[in-house]
Amino acid sequence: MSKRNRAILRQIALQAFLLLITAIVLFPVLWIISLAVDPRNIDKPLSLTLIPPGATLDAFRKVLFGPFNLLCTNPADPSTCMRFSGLLKNSLFVAMGSSLVAVVTGTTAAYAFSRFRFIGRQAGLLGFIVLIMLPTSGLLAPLYVLLSQIKIGGEPLRAQLFGLVLAYSSGFLPFAVWTLKGYFDTIPKELEEAALIDGAGTFTTFTKIILPLAVPALAVTVLNSFMTGWTEFILAWSFLEDPKRFTLAMALRAMQGQFATPWSEFAAMSIVMSIPILILFFLLQKYLVSGLTLGGVKG
Amino acid sequence: MAATRVSASWQGKPKGRLAQLKQRVSESTTAWLYILPAALAMLVVTLVPYIFQIWMSFTDFRVKNLRFNLLDPSTWEKYAPPMVGLGNYVKILTSKLAIENYNFARLFAFNVTWTVANVFLHVVIGVTVALVLNAKGLLGRRFYRSLFVLPWAMPGYVAALTWRNMYDERFGAINQLLAIVNRWLGTSLPADTRWFVVTQPPIGGLLSFLPLAFYCVLIANTWLGWPFMSVVATGALQSVPEELYEAASMDGATGLQKLRHITIPMIRPAMVPAIMLGTIWTFNQFSVIFFISQGNPFGRTEILITQAYKLVSEQRLYGVAAAFSIVVFFILLGFTLIQNRVTRATEAYNE
Repeated sequence: MSKRNRAILRQIALQAFLLLITAIVLFPVLWIISLAVDPRNIDKPLSLTLIPPGATLDAFRKVLFGPFNLLCTNPADPSTCMRFSGLLKNSLFVAMGSSLVAVVTGTTAAYAFSRFRFIGRQAGLLGFIVLIMLPTSGLLAPLYVLLSQIKIGGEPLRAQLFGLVLAYSSGFLPFAVWTLKGYFDTIPKELEEAALIDGAGTFTTFTKIILPLAVPALAVTVLNSFMTGWTEFILAWSFLEDPKRFTLAMALRAMQGQFATPWSEFAAMSIVMSIPILILFFLLQKYLVSGLTLGGVKG
Repeated sequence: MAATRVSASWQGKPKGRLAQLKQRVSESTTAWLYILPAALAMLVVTLVPYIFQIWMSFTDFRVKNLRFNLLDPSTWEKYAPPMVGLGNYVKILTSKLAIENYNFARLFAFNVTWTVANVFLHVVIGVTVALVLNAKGLLGRRFYRSLFVLPWAMPGYVAALTWRNMYDERFGAINQLLAIVNRWLGTSLPADTRWFVVTQPPIGGLLSFLPLAFYCVLIANTWLGWPFMSVVATGALQSVPEELYEAASMDGATGLQKLRHITIPMIRPAMVPAIMLGTIWTFNQFSVIFFISQGNPFGRTEILITQAYKLVSEQRLYGVAAAFSIVVFFILLGFTLIQNRVTRATEAYNE
């Protein structure tokens, strides 16, 4: 066989393998899309077709503009029901709040652990690792009791969105501190010492030299904490009381809990909820791997 | 603090003990100021609840005890839960919980099998695809690379619910796909399998404790998990110098030998931390089990973390659930210590 023919055969074999992987990767994605555009809103489509007969975007319209009849202050009155815009506002508040708190408190703490040699450093670091390993699943009840005791503006912190922000960001902090500290350790100290000699203060050095170099680790922290806030529903479901404060993730969960799940709307909602995460993910993708793994190497 | 360290060395004078101590204290103060916001948040929302949880694990804490408030003495007598000492732990470890089909040894064995099988598949598939994507002269490399991260980028909870729907016994995509295969190829594969109900294990012998549902959740979680390993391996492959392969070819090495003696040792340092991370994630992979198999059939695909959640949400046995979480903590601690050992060993191997 000539060299050229062999190269062509090899290319065909590789392409066949990659197309098989492509099919496997895309299959669930196409399935959820075909559910979303199915006009029958039935359980599951009866045939495997990407575009079902009479495909419409009705489900998207309903999800984006209609009232959610499961999330109402007064179930008899549809005008008291939550709509997408309100849920989105709450979700954005929780997700952005969690990532802001996690990034600001996480980077400063990680910087101190990486750069200063101080009393209580070892104990503090050890404390953070232990907290990574403690499963959060058992915390539901203690956290419920505790956040109910703290009252802000006459209302328990537990029932407020800020309480959720606090719970998510601190649940995520040990991991964030650990990743960020590992990353800061890989940045040479000489860079800062040079800046200090040039007369920059410690804080300026931190914001102007260290932070720009630590973008990969920051990207991981932002993405993960945003994603937690955006998709978490267990704590939210047990803590919040007022439907006006409910989030998109809770609305999606509520659809699943129904006796007859409105599948098209559920699928449409899933797609709508995935889009911001996908965008964020692809924007930050090139930083993710180095941000995640470098932190792990350096203990 | 770096600033003081630099200036101190410039003064060139040996400093007194008191001055040294003073410097150390001032350095510590600055450091703790940086840590304070994080520490405060952790203290209120994590540490205090954890301490509370440890205490709960020694009590028979139930719904009515939720009114118990340590700061309000008037609630003490009425709502304080009875202490049971190590009772919860004994019940958990000796499988004497009042939950259907509960067996700690099986749960633990299942959780470990689940983690090992998943991480193994994620790494093998991830590295294989990365190698193929790295092949010389491949067409469409960038297209495939960006497409293949899709499962990793999708919110895990949405992906899990989609898979749950696909495994539906009557109208799910998987059974329909089997029906189509039957129609096209004239085969007679069963197209009405009730994936999470079948108790007959597909593989007998040593693996007979794994029901069909296990393989279903394994497939779903492998779909979710391999892209991460693939991306890490792709990154690592870029740093393998081409000369190594050329030199090996000149010495007459086969493709398999090159893989074993060049590629694998070279990407190993990058893969080890990724595998550690993957192990912890998989061990506690809540949403896949919780949404797809829901522990069925008969709790045989339950993992520790989903069982702990059920103790709270269904049984309302807060005390037992707290003890359960602490048991999980010790298991993960053991896991991490062993892994640390293994990683140290690989580090030494690389040097």
